[in-house]
Parts: sequence; C-alpha cells; structure tokens
Amino acid sequence: MEALYLLIPLSVAIVFGAIWLFFRMSDSGQFDDLESPAWRILQDDDKPNDSTELHQ
Amino acid sequence: MNTPCFHCGLPIPDNGHWSVVINNTTRPMCCPGCQAVAQSIVEFGFTDYYDMRTSFATTATEHELVPPELRLIDKEKNSEDDTEIEEAIYSVQHIRCAACVWLIERRLALLPGVLSAEVNATTERLHIRWKNKSCQASDILITMRAIGYNAFLFNSEQHSEQLERTRKKLFRQLFIAGLAMMQVMMYALPAYLATDVDADMTQLMRWASLLLTLPAVVYSAQPFFRGAWQDIKNRLPGMDVPVALGITAAFSASSMATWRGSGEVYFDSVTMFIFLLLCSRYLELSARRKAASALDKLQYALPASATRMMCFPLTNEMELVAAAQLCVDDVIQIKPGEVVPADCLVLKGESAVDLSLLTGECLPQPKSAGEKIPSGAVNIAQPLVARVTHSVDQSTLSVLIGLINRAGLGKPHLAQWADRVAAWFVGALLIFSIVIFFVWQWIDPIRAWPIAIAVLVVSCPCALSLATPTALAAATNRLLRQGILVVQPHVLETLQRATHIVFDKTGTLTQGQPVLQQLVTLSDLSEADCLGIAAAMEQSSNHPLAQAILNAAAAADTSAVGENWFVDDVQHIVGQGIEARVNGILYRLGTRKFVEPKAPYDPAPSPASEAVSGKESSNESTSVFLASNTNLLASFYITDTVRPEAATVVNHFQQQGKNCILLSGDRQQIAETIANKLNIKTVFGDCLPEDKLAFVQELQKEGAIVAMIGDGINDAAVLRAADVSFAMGSGAALAQTNADCVLLSKQLSSLTEVDTIAAKTLRIIRQNLIWASLYNVLAIPAAALGFINPWLSAIGMSASSVVVVLNALRLR
Repeated sequence: MEALYLLIPLSVAIVFGAIWLFFRMSDSGQFDDLESPAWRILQDDDKPNDSTELHQ
Repeated sequence: MNTPCFHCGLPIPDNGHWSVVINNTTRPMCCPGCQAVAQSIVEFGFTDYYDMRTSFATTATEHELVPPELRLIDKEKNSEDDTEIEEAIYSVQHIRCAACVWLIERRLALLPGVLSAEVNATTERLHIRWKNKSCQASDILITMRAIGYNAFLFNSEQHSEQLERTRKKLFRQLFIAGLAMMQVMMYALPAYLATDVDADMTQLMRWASLLLTLPAVVYSAQPFFRGAWQDIKNRLPGMDVPVALGITAAFSASSMATWRGSGEVYFDSVTMFIFLLLCSRYLELSARRKAASALDKLQYALPASATRMMCFPLTNEMELVAAAQLCVDDVIQIKPGEVVPADCLVLKGESAVDLSLLTGECLPQPKSAGEKIPSGAVNIAQPLVARVTHSVDQSTLSVLIGLINRAGLGKPHLAQWADRVAAWFVGALLIFSIVIFFVWQWIDPIRAWPIAIAVLVVSCPCALSLATPTALAAATNRLLRQGILVVQPHVLETLQRATHIVFDKTGTLTQGQPVLQQLVTLSDLSEADCLGIAAAMEQSSNHPLAQAILNAAAAADTSAVGENWFVDDVQHIVGQGIEARVNGILYRLGTRKFVEPKAPYDPAPSPASEAVSGKESSNESTSVFLASNTNLLASFYITDTVRPEAATVVNHFQQQGKNCILLSGDRQQIAETIANKLNIKTVFGDCLPEDKLAFVQELQKEGAIVAMIGDGINDAAVLRAADVSFAMGSGAALAQTNADCVLLSKQLSSLTEVDTIAAKTLRIIRQNLIWASLYNVLAIPAAALGFINPWLSAIGMSASSVVVVLNALRLR
C-alpha cells in the first residue's frame, strides 16, 4: 500500500504532462483535419518532395 | 452518347475531338478546358491521379485566368533578400476526393520557391508557404487553375471561421474535462468499493482529485460561467445559471471538506457533469457549423473577376476586370465552368446553366439569346456573351446573401418564449433549492449541502434553452438547401397555426408564362393551316406570345413549321404585331386593331367571335388575330396555365383542414375556372390590391390566421398584412420582397415542403418539452427528498440534455 504514496502523485504529474502535451499537439494543428491524413496514408509518395522529378 | 469525358465524366459532344494520351492510352475529353488540365497533369507526371481518384474532376475552364485583384496581392519583389518567406491560406473549390489533395500538394511542390503546401480536406483550405523572390501568389493561382482548381484568398473574417475557432476551443475543453473525469474516477472508485482504506490514503486521493478537478473547473467549465454571467447581466437566467452554481457549490464544498479533512467530496460528479454537458454543447456547435455552411457556399460563389468585351459586337477583344467594376450594359463573356458575376441578359450563344446554388434545382437549365441569367448561376456547356443588367451588388446573389444575413438576426417567437419560460424555471429552481437547503438543515444538517447541489444539478432546462434553438436552426438550414429562404423567423410556427391559405393566381397557381389555350378559326382555313402560318411568321420573334404560338405549333405537328410555308418580307411592328408574306400572300398577325384595317370585322358577330371579343377584354389572357388582306382568319387565345403541382399543394392544405382561398385581380370567371380545376371553394376575382388587403384584414378580424402566397411584388401590401407570407422569388426583385419566406425554386410544391418541415420541427420541439417536463417533474422532487446523490443527478441531467439535442438534430 505504501507504493500508492508515490503512485498517486506520479499519476497527477502524468495527467498534467498529458494536458501539456495535448495543448502542444492542438496548437500545432494536429486535430484540425481528421480526414485527409487518413487518405494520404493510402497513397504513394505522400510527401511533396523534389524527388518526384527524378522518376520521369 | 459515347464514352464520357475521361477527366470530368460529362458526356462528350458529338463534334468533340479533344483527347489526351494518358498512360499510353488515348482518352477522350469533352472540352478544351479538360484537355488542357489533363495535359498539364500528364506533363508533370501525375497520371497516378487518374488511378487513385474515386470521383471525376470538375469540368475545367478553358483559359487560365487570374482575377486582377489577386495580381494586386503580388508583393514587390525584394531584390536584396531571397529568404523572405510568404505564407497564405486559400479556399480551394472543387476538391472531390483524396486524389485531389494529392495532386494539388504534389503539383505545387514542383513550383520553384514553394516550401510547403498542405491541403485540409475537411475545410477545403490550402495552407502554403513560399519564398517571395522566386514565386508570386499569382503563380500559385495560375498553377492551381492549370490543374483544374479554383482558389481564393481565404477571408478569415467570415462567420464560419469564428465558429471554427469556437469549435476548436470547445474541443480542447472537452478533452481536458474528459481526461480529468477519467483520472478523478480512478481515485473515487476505491473510496466507493474498498472498506479498509486508511485515512491518510483517502486524504491523499482527495488532494489528488482536487488538483485534477481544478483544470476542469477553471478551463473546461468556462463556457458555463461565461454563459451564466451573460444571463445575469441580461437578467434572463438560462440553463447556464444553475449549471454554474451547481459546479461552484459542489467544487467549493468538496474543497472545504478536503481542507478540513472531513465531510463528503463530489469531485467525480463535478468533472463528469462538466464533461457530459460539454459533449452536448459540442454536438450543438457542430450543428450550427453545418448551418453556416449553406451560407458560406453562397458567399464563396461570388466570382472576383469577369471577362469584359470592350467593343462587342465589333471585335472580340477581351479584358479582365474585377467583378465589382462591372457596370450596367457592359458586355461580358461567361466561359463554361464560370460563375455568372452579375445578373445579365444573354446576347449570343446557347448553353445550360446550373442554378442549384440559388434554387436548389439540380438539373441544368438551357439558356439561349434573349434569356436572363441570375448571378450565382454556373455556366456549364458553352461560352455565353451577355449584357449586364444589374451591377454586382444589386444582383441576385448579393441580394440573396444580404437577405440571408438579415434573416439570421431575428429570433422566433417560439425561441423567445422558450427563453422566458427558462428564465422563470431557473428562478423558481434557485429559490426551491435554497428552501430545500434550509429544510434539510433542520432535518439533517449533514445532508443539506449534497441535496441542495443535487437539486441544482439534476434540473434540466436544456429542452428550452438548448434544444429549441437547435431545432429551429437545423430546420431553417435544411429549407435553405432546398431553395426555400426563411426571412422572418416565425414562418415555421405561424404556417402551422394558419387557418386560411390565400393564393394569388398569376405566377403563383399558374405558370406566369403564356400558353396557347384555344384557337378559333374565323374562316374556311383549317386550324392546322392557321397555326402553321402564324408559327412561320413568328419564327424569328422572341415575344412571349410568339413563343406560345411556336410551342403550340411544335407540339401539334412539327412539319407545320417552316417547311410548308415560305416566309419573306417580315416586318415587326412594335407593340402591334407582325406583317409578313407567306407563300406569296400578305398576312398580319397581332392585335385586333392592327389586323382590322385589312379585314373589316363581321358586323353580325358569330358566337365564336363573340367569345373571342369577350376574352380579349381581360388583362390576363390575350387574343392574337391572324388576318389576310381580305379576311379575318383565326384568333389565338393565349393564356396562363395552371402549375402541375398546384392541385397537390391545395389538396395538401385542405386535408389539414385549412381553408384555401383564391384572390385574383383577374375576372371572376377566369378565377373561377382555375379554382374549379384545383377544387378551391372560395374564389374572389376582380380584386384590386386594396380589395385583397381589406379581405385579409377582414379575415384576421374574425380571428383567422392568414397565410398568403403571392408573387412578391404586385402583392406587397397584402403580403405584409398577412400573418405569414410566401413569395415566389426570382432575380433582383428579391430586394423588394415583403414576404416572410421566399420560394427561390419557384416551385409551388416548396410550400408543402415548408409545411412538412414546420410540422416536423414543432413536433420535435413538443417532444423535447414533454420529455423535459416528465424528467424534471420526476427528478427534482426525488433529488429534494434525498433519493439522488450528486453524481447520479449529474448523469441524469447530462443524459437528458444529450437526448434533446440529438432529437433536435434529426431535422438535419
């Protein structure tokens, strides 16, 4: 049972860490578009880059 | 038809000869625009687009063009600094599927100087960063056009953007509340289940819960505190007041108990309450965002530029101008795929236009020279040359947007009533919980706090404050999508209560377009011959009456037109008729006065000509006479026909026990004929606008609730007087409309649609109210008697509000 004295404060710290992480993700726009990333993963070369010119 | 266009899926015209080689296969294209776009896609090696896409692209415009005001945003090139980075957000039109996102991002990445390009498929926005020196904003737009997408600089002041920000914030608040709720439950559960937890441990868990509830109360519950403060300032307490009070009371009581180390804590109830209520708020906001989308679609549709033809018809020289610079009588070219920038009259060309944005009508409408096109229509098939009849800000689409904006301002009686009742409800509730608190103080002081909190929390005025406005907004948005514009907010409720439905005749129950009703021959010449001669003479005429004769001739026998009759020496006499030589004989076609000098009228009129002269006197129907040099040959009785859907509409309202009445400025006899056809019992012809007004006011004095359906302008006074009024709307005439509701589709059947949705809306609002009354009647006494603890009441209240909001959303 003594472990709880450590675990409970730890869990509080983790939750606040999660909140901080969530705000950072939200600010970076991760939740702005919940549709196109799901499509993009299904396509080849999903990142725009200059290497496409080499294929031709 | 043969195979469709490989790019956009439209059928290929018979004389089409466009094609593009894609992956070694020659693919047919429907127009040079699609060909150019497909060619551009192939050239840059993006043929994968055609394999990945799940729907066809939109038909491309023929020429690349950049609106001139977008050229203005090109900044001066800074020769010194190569590293300056520009950033912009564009609204992109025509995104159809995932492949579009892929194509745009990849193609833009090939532009020199572009650092990143990201397309958000949900909001249809392009976020792009580029180096100022090697690339200009217009280059980006030209590239977008080349692959078939239109982009506009995104205007962040738009209504939807603000809603979007609110939604984002609410999402964050919801997330925090959810996280806090789950963690607090973890600490609360052992306290509920275990019996042998020692006091120190309990105290530690309470402090942890307090810490975790803090962000939920301080951050996530903000909407409730702000709403409550607003309500108190307006002295109209809504549902936020008891919610905010409940949260404050529960949280402060629990904090006190934690501090003192004795007593009950309700952190779990507080976080759960906040989380579940935010869920229903989030649902409601999503519904509102959908409602704003119909309006935004209209605003985006206004094109920024137009192609002006300076010296039409002398030369075909064109220049690009900002749409706002267009003046009346300017001649513009509208290419396929373009939106008509201002109301205009077609001068040259034949095409089909898509009016779905304005009227909800999804089939393209054919348009040719002499016909009007409203702004906001999309030209589909061929280029058109047209003369501007109204400047952009007085054109249909601008007027419509103004009207919709105005429509959003008012609050329906029903919502006002709901607000007032909610205020009373909340006021009574606050007093009741204080009373309960003191009563329990006397019975059992320990239970006084939790019970007072439970009473505050369990009560649910959300059916009034939350669900009623949501239901009305959802219904209004749905009607707008179907081309029905609700201008005054009370339309839905008043139409339901209406006892009398008053119809105007011309343009409302009838088409408002003349049709040949009857042909009376006045000589030996057969009907078919008369019709043939008349049609041959009218062939070059655009007059509506001429169209009526031509249509009738075409319907009767197509060979009658043109082939058997050789026409020359055609002379149009404005306002009178046509004189022409047909097969060598001189004929006149027109008013009786015009044809009479050539053919003295029979002094002893036959019954047929009697009827004819009688009909001529009416202003709704017109008689056109055909005469040769010597003889009056025939008379064409041209009149307005009844709309095919009119009978169904009248029947619909009669079945509901509403009285249908026909008021017409037309002669009693004509009005009665129409009324008989439609089974309308009460008919009043020969009505001047004053008579109509007096009649409606008389009805209202007797306690009737009158709904009036007219054509909007002629009936302005009576439309204003009626309790609820509908106008068949079109064109710039919308601006003068006095009606509460405009049927943009010009279909009378829209009226039954309004009625059906009104009935459904009121039914849902009623269901919500009944549910809420039942819930409150059961839950509040139960909480007051101490049967419900705070966490149960938090669940009960949140569940109840989710139920009513979901029920309201069924209208969508």
